[in-house]
Amino acid sequence: MGGNAMVKPTALVVDDNKLNRMIHGKLLDVLGIKNRAVENGEEAIEVHLSGEKFDLILMDRDMPVMNGIEATKKLRAMGIKCMIAGISSHSIGPEKEEFMEAGLDDYHEKPLTVAKLLSLVSKIKN
Amino acid sequence: MDVGQMQKRLLDYMNSLLKEGILDSQFAQLQQLQDESNPDFVAEVVNLFFTDSENLINDLSNALGQQNVDFKKVDSCVHQLKGSSASIGAQRLKNTCISFRKFCDEQNLQACLMCLQEMQQEYLLLRSKLDVLLQVEKQIVAAGGSIPIMEF
Repeated sequence: MGGNAMVKPTALVVDDNKLNRMIHGKLLDVLGIKNRAVENGEEAIEVHLSGEKFDLILMDRDMPVMNGIEATKKLRAMGIKCMIAGISSHSIGPEKEEFMEAGLDDYHEKPLTVAKLLSLVSKIKN
Repeated sequence: MDVGQMQKRLLDYMNSLLKEGILDSQFAQLQQLQDESNPDFVAEVVNLFFTDSENLINDLSNALGQQNVDFKKVDSCVHQLKGSSASIGAQRLKNTCISFRKFCDEQNLQACLMCLQEMQQEYLLLRSKLDVLLQVEKQIVAAGGSIPIMEF
């Protein structure tokens, strides 16, 4: 298997819950998206500071050390323009708005499914 | 029992778990992620869930047994368990977590203790059901069959 010149998108999973990291990682694997996971917003920043870039970030909202809202704001301030999708347990209301205003491109209610992920992937800016 | 019978038994069993609200469609989503390249995915997720949940329930028990209960810590544990329950499709357990968090907010120790008991019961029930489910799936695969997909 080689010689495929098509560039596959890459993704970063940011979630403090181990089970979620495992499931979201698998969902991405199934769609052929190379991915890695970190446990909180601060680690997401560090990964970017080390020079790594992604096409899609799946950002959980509630995390220790640095939450998804802060991390999203920081990433945008750092000039990170890729797609950031907020994944949270709140479906509507001020929590969602606050998260969107931090700089999200999209928002999905947990848990993530194949359908929701497909809709995100189809919107990835190339 | 032939493969076809085992597959029917599995589907019937899953349907009953759905009806009882013990599992929801999220679990079926997880089953669909399993394939030849990851034949043990569901079992791995379920086992991780068991380990995680048991640790969290222990932590909760300890936290609620303290002289001065730290409700923030209790709430944080319940939040974690709620997240895991939702991810695996454990609907009733997730709902118990939702009620639990309300009582944490109110700092109602008695109600929290009752919730903890309910949580333990729901967890044990879920665990026994999932053990049976995984067992039947294993038998089907060993007999050369594939896990049937639940329709919603």
